[in-house]
Amino acid sequence: MTTRMFGERIARVEDDRFLRGAGRYVDDLGADALHAAVLRSPHAHARIVDIDVSAVLDVDGVHAVFTYDDLQGPMAEPLPLLIPHPALTHGRTQYALAKDEVNHVGEAIAFVVADDRYVAEDAVDKIVVTYEFLPPVVGLAAARAAERLVHDDVPGNVAARLEQHVGDAPAAIAAAPHRLSLDLDIERSASTPMEGRGTLARWDTDSGRMQVWTSTQTSTGVRAAVAAKLGLDLGHVDVITPDVGGGFGVKIVHPWPEELLVPLAARALGQPVKFIEDRREHFISSAHERAQVQHVEVGFDDDGRLLGLDVAFWHDNGAYTPYGLIVPIITSTQLLGPYKPHNYRVTFESLYTNTVIVTPYRGAGRPQGVYAMERTMDAIAAYLGKDRADVRAVNFIQPDEFPFDHHLTFQDGRPLVYDSGDYPQLLDKLKALIGWDDFETVRAEAAAQGRRLGLGLACYVEGTGVGPYEGAHIHVETSGKVKVATGLTTQGQGHQTAFAQIVADELGVPFESVEVVTGDTRRMPYAVGTFASRAAVMSGSAIHLAARKVKEKALRIAADALEASVDDLEIVDGSVRVKGAPDSSIALGTVAVLSNPLRYAFDEASGAATQFSVGDPGKPPVAEGEEPGLEGKDFYSPERSTFAAGMHAVIVEIDPDTAEIEILRYAVVHDCGNLINPMIVQGQIHGGVAQGVGGALYERMEYDENGQLLNASFMDFLMPYVTEVPDGIEIDHLETPSPLNPLGLKGAGEAGVIPSAAVFASAIEDAERLDPGNLAVTAMPISPSQLFDLREHHRRGHPVVEEARQRRLETSAQHRKDPS
Amino acid sequence: MSEELHDVRLVVNGVPHDLGVPARRLLSDALRHDLGLTGTHVGCEHGVCGSCTVLLDGTPVRSCLLLAVTVSGSEVTTVEGLTNADGSLGPVQQAFKDCHGLQCGFCTPGFLTTITAGLRDNPCPTHDEAKEMIAGNLCRCTGYQNIVSAVERAAELIAGEGESP
Amino acid sequence: MKPAPFAYARPTDLAAAVEALAGSTNAKVLAGGQSLVPLLSMRLAAPALLVDINRLPGLDHVTSDASGVRVGALARHAAVLADEEAHRVQPLLAMALANVAHATIRNRGTTVGSLVHADAAAEMPVVLALLGGSVDVVGPGGRRTVAGDALFLGPLESSLAHDEIAVEAFFPALAEGSGVAFREVARRHGDYALCGVAVLVRLEDRRIVEARAGYLSVSDLPTVVDLAPALAGGGPEVPSDRALEAAGELALAALDPQGDIHATAAYRAQLVRVLTGRTLRAAYDDARRRTEQP
Repeated sequence: MTTRMFGERIARVEDDRFLRGAGRYVDDLGADALHAAVLRSPHAHARIVDIDVSAVLDVDGVHAVFTYDDLQGPMAEPLPLLIPHPALTHGRTQYALAKDEVNHVGEAIAFVVADDRYVAEDAVDKIVVTYEFLPPVVGLAAARAAERLVHDDVPGNVAARLEQHVGDAPAAIAAAPHRLSLDLDIERSASTPMEGRGTLARWDTDSGRMQVWTSTQTSTGVRAAVAAKLGLDLGHVDVITPDVGGGFGVKIVHPWPEELLVPLAARALGQPVKFIEDRREHFISSAHERAQVQHVEVGFDDDGRLLGLDVAFWHDNGAYTPYGLIVPIITSTQLLGPYKPHNYRVTFESLYTNTVIVTPYRGAGRPQGVYAMERTMDAIAAYLGKDRADVRAVNFIQPDEFPFDHHLTFQDGRPLVYDSGDYPQLLDKLKALIGWDDFETVRAEAAAQGRRLGLGLACYVEGTGVGPYEGAHIHVETSGKVKVATGLTTQGQGHQTAFAQIVADELGVPFESVEVVTGDTRRMPYAVGTFASRAAVMSGSAIHLAARKVKEKALRIAADALEASVDDLEIVDGSVRVKGAPDSSIALGTVAVLSNPLRYAFDEASGAATQFSVGDPGKPPVAEGEEPGLEGKDFYSPERSTFAAGMHAVIVEIDPDTAEIEILRYAVVHDCGNLINPMIVQGQIHGGVAQGVGGALYERMEYDENGQLLNASFMDFLMPYVTEVPDGIEIDHLETPSPLNPLGLKGAGEAGVIPSAAVFASAIEDAERLDPGNLAVTAMPISPSQLFDLREHHRRGHPVVEEARQRRLETSAQHRKDPS
Repeated sequence: MSEELHDVRLVVNGVPHDLGVPARRLLSDALRHDLGLTGTHVGCEHGVCGSCTVLLDGTPVRSCLLLAVTVSGSEVTTVEGLTNADGSLGPVQQAFKDCHGLQCGFCTPGFLTTITAGLRDNPCPTHDEAKEMIAGNLCRCTGYQNIVSAVERAAELIAGEGESP
Repeated sequence: MKPAPFAYARPTDLAAAVEALAGSTNAKVLAGGQSLVPLLSMRLAAPALLVDINRLPGLDHVTSDASGVRVGALARHAAVLADEEAHRVQPLLAMALANVAHATIRNRGTTVGSLVHADAAAEMPVVLALLGGSVDVVGPGGRRTVAGDALFLGPLESSLAHDEIAVEAFFPALAEGSGVAFREVARRHGDYALCGVAVLVRLEDRRIVEARAGYLSVSDLPTVVDLAPALAGGGPEVPSDRALEAAGELALAALDPQGDIHATAAYRAQLVRVLTGRTLRAAYDDARRRTEQP
């Protein structure tokens, strides 16, 4: 073999075009397209009495305006409920344009197409809607109280209620030597990719063909939806995902109203039409995640060993449930992390509110589950006076216990069985990396200078690479170039590089000769999508399998040509050669020529494959069981998910007076099986950690009681800049290969963000533990203002700490951190 | 009621362009949609994210916070203008590639223009100065770690260029 | 997020600019536009006419003399921040300007524009008010000088008439024996402050004899509080922790911090207390340094 590419830090092939400004994102395409703008509801809950669009028609440059009344057939039906579940007894989805009721600020009401976006917005401003106001339901407390309903026909605002259990948790807790209960909150954040949603469509009147370019995480999903909703044959619809400016989950939802309205308008007008979501729209009309209220009951022994765990939580699913119960199911199962509670019961209700829909955002329910579990671990440690790491260690599933069956059902409808892992070793690595055992010295030294430090840790296990399948098609052209297509889409994960590494290794071709295309239904119409840290596992495995097929075919053909046995051949640097006799070789391009018996030559190389040049006249030109062309296609469809794991630790410094929180060190240990490209995996972790910092300390969706989102801008939704993230993230890897796929892969995309709320809650609580004393962090994210208020609240409840506070006030002035 | 058009002359990456645009046309839209220079990206349109940063007469500005008409007569440098004369990647671009300073690539043009001007004004930034240089640009993918490395790497590359004959 | 249509004028002399403004009751002046253009794009502002003053001659100056620093209407924040002479004459300018948004915004935004935008969460209005500076405005009636404390009427409301243009701001020099400091707490680096404090002190014999603090993001208006009473009768040279705390409480008594989505009223009050002490102490140190190492 040539130098093995797998496992190497290969520079990304996609970078060149991005760095030159030559990336092609949706809004970079369709210079000739008309532009759409959407009238969105300014009210959280209202009946639509009348929509008057008459003033719009006079606006110069306006081509069309659509309201619900203009929709027909399947377009007039509610949008699909993508993932039905038996427990989702009251699933509801919106219409592409609101029919007679709006259920959140931002819901689409009318769709205007004009010469440009400026004119389209002018037109939107001229539409007059008469509303009958309905009382909104905002927040989980209001949803649970159910004094008002989001949907008249959904009693109690309950979309779904689901319980799973193993053993008898209530009985085990009742019998346990120690018991605790916790009430926890976690608030909304959102994916917030730098590029919002966007769709361009071209209708070819001559061929009756629809082409759609959309910023999505699933080309095939959008294709099926467009075909079904517009009444087109699937074969007449192409969906192409161009460069995507980040997804993080929000773009797996489909079809967005605009993904249907844009092609609808393009067909109606006979002109290309484009919709590019702006930032305010992204906040109020795309998706959010994370909001839950949780109640934990736990019973444990003197070592902190879990004996029974009983969790109930309430999940805010927003106004509709297009993505089913995926997020709360993941919370309810992934909550268990690396631990074995023996007796576990989890119950959740998924509740409607008059707010933006809740669908997966990087981590997809896992951050909430990890938060519940890790807060519980910290509470047990505090209660027993034990080291927080020790309490976790005593509960770990041990390396010899894999595969470990939790006897629960995971998000893919399959048994929750962990395939492999080594949690004790991960913890050892984390403790070494962050200096766990020396921290009390570090803390004391800082305290002597009036500085307040805290250390937190959090552990997680992440089901990755969920099914049902992905596929790959590989074609070796006669030039020797290797064209690879897989159907899932790319939003910055470096698939063009990582997948090419796999092909180069398996096929024995130079990395540079491999070109990977993703998310183009013309090239690979069978695919699922990019979510749940599945691309490397699913498409990576499929590509590996497809490359193997191409290799086997190439060897068969070459064996004929070289008059050698297949077993004696190898492919090196793009040539098939006889092992030990490198002079006896044939280039893969030539093999490609031979693979495709021709009648007509189109160049010199192809002449070698024409009928008077090759072939045994006594045999069919294409042998039985073979197909022309040096191609291979294969699919990977695993029985169940593979389970990655990791542990994070953070050291924070908190200002005793202003409660400002500074990150001093951040450490990650991570096991995603074998690494294809460590550079890319490291980048994924960096990005996840930064998003986690945002979700833990800065970002939240601030709805008022009327359902207005008060911070729908980058001014007030506080995504971290470089100045808010750790200056350096220390990373160590463990590689426990998955036995479920040929390359031993586990997913890595979401990992960085999963334990963030938990690890920061742990560190902040640790920093604050002496003053005001046993302060419990039970709501995340947390801002300095909230931490300050928590301190004050705690001091009022704990007057004994007043003395300590007075002492501190007298001594701390000269030691304060200077905020400038 | 068609809008009044204003004559706007922009010299973009050394090439003069004459446009007729409404007064309200944002510079970002003029570059992207009127001139087809789609390398400049629009991430928020309210001046916070920095994706649309271009150099106006050499100085980094948010192109979404400028009306094209008000900067008529100016020289604008966009990401398309940052490559070397021979077409190879410029030093800041090369450093981003070397350091894996980008993932989805959407915010990248704004970083590249900002850093190009930043290193011109401060060719040897300290680590803190490297961070400060990019402190007004949002990235949702990278966590900034490798972008800071890329600033430092670009400074090395530029210094190396100066030394070579 | 695109601006609604508006008429546009780009006068090349001041008289024409004033005339253009006078001709419309719904006109806005465009200088740097770093606050205005987002409002236009969000259609929170929809003026009928935009008067672009960027081509007016002779307004981009930053000039300093013994009396203070004069900043023209087209001087960008970055130019003021980089002006060493201005920094020497009135160091509070640079201290505060470094906290104005991010560098790229400062490259285009103007200091005078920031003053007449009259945002109580902005840094420069407080600096002007604290230093007792002024703004010169030109209208149909000619030129007049508006004192800093008369400039700010309410949230985003200045005392300029609709047909007046601010042409120059004046920031008085730092007097001998004086020191200044600026501190703010923001959620993210570069964000509007949750609370910001600028302090000016004057020492005699190493003791504070004058102390005033300006507060941003705490009230509807930039607010200046005289802190001297809290320091009165202080024995030792360095203000004691007790005196610093008293100053914070004194400031708080003059202010009425409000809550918003980023900070509760109680937290803002805490920031007033803490930042008053820290900034006062820093201003004292600054004055000592200046008097002892002139």
